[in-house]
Amino acid sequence: MSMFNVLDISASGMHAQTVRLNTIASNIANADSISSNAEDTYRSKQPVFQTILDNSRGEPRGGVRVKEIVESQAPLQMEFNPNHPMANGDGYIFRPNVNAVEEMANMMSASRTYETNIEVLNTSKQLLLKTIQLGK
Amino acid sequence: MAESIFGIHESALKIRTQRGEVLANNLANADTPNFKAQDIDFRKALQAAQGDSDDLKMSGMAKTNSRHLDGGGFSSTSSFLMYRQPTQPSLDGNTVETHVEKAKFMENGLQHTATLEFINGKITGLRGAIRGE
Repeated sequence: MSMFNVLDISASGMHAQTVRLNTIASNIANADSISSNAEDTYRSKQPVFQTILDNSRGEPRGGVRVKEIVESQAPLQMEFNPNHPMANGDGYIFRPNVNAVEEMANMMSASRTYETNIEVLNTSKQLLLKTIQLGK
Repeated sequence: MAESIFGIHESALKIRTQRGEVLANNLANADTPNFKAQDIDFRKALQAAQGDSDDLKMSGMAKTNSRHLDGGGFSSTSSFLMYRQPTQPSLDGNTVETHVEKAKFMENGLQHTATLEFINGKITGLRGAIRGE
C-alpha cells in the first residue's frame, strides 16, 4: 500500500469522467446524423462504470474504471419525409435516439464529478506535501 | 523509539491517510452502479492501534535478524471499514452522497492537518531542547 494511492484513485475517477464526457460529445455531435435504415443509424452511447477492487490484500484501495460502453436501446425516431435525399423506398428517414436534454444534464453531472476529483487531488497533494516537509 | 516521541499521533496519521483514501474512493465512484460508500470507524481503529490488537498488526518490513529495527510500515484498517447508511438511496444501487462524502473528506483533511501540526510541534520542541534554545 503506497502513500500516494489516493492520487491514483482520484486520477482514475477523472479518467472515467473524461470517457463519459467523450461519449456525451459524440452523442451530441451525432444528434442529427440521419440514416436511411435502422441498422446504420447512430445510437446513443453510454459508459458503464465499475469499481477497481484489490481483493488479494483486502485493502481499502480502489478507484473506478469504465467497464464497457453500451448503446441505448431506446427506439429510433422514424420520420416520414419522402423529399429527403436519405429517405428509403417507403419515404422514411431514421434519426438517432439521442436525447439532447438528457445529454446536457449528463454532461453537467460528469463535469461536477470531475471537479470533485480535482478537489480531492488538490487537498491530498497539500496534505502529502505537509507530510513530506515534517520537521523542516 | 519514534513511537514514544509522537505518541498517539503516529497511529492517528496512518489511519487519517487511509480514511482519506476510502473517502477519495467513494467520491471517485460517485457514478458507479451498485457501489456502496464506505468509511473507517476512526475511534475503533485508533483504539486498536493503541492496544496493538491483532486486527491492526503492523505489516512492516521483514526482519531477518533479531537486532533489526521494527520497520513500522502501513497497518491495515480494512477490518474497521463500514458501509454508510444513505439518507436518499438512488435507483442504481449507489449509496454515495457526494455532499456527505465531500464534507467528511474536508473534515478528515483538517484533522489530518491537525495531526501533522502536533507532530511538527513535537519535532520543533525536541529540536529546541537539543540545541538548548
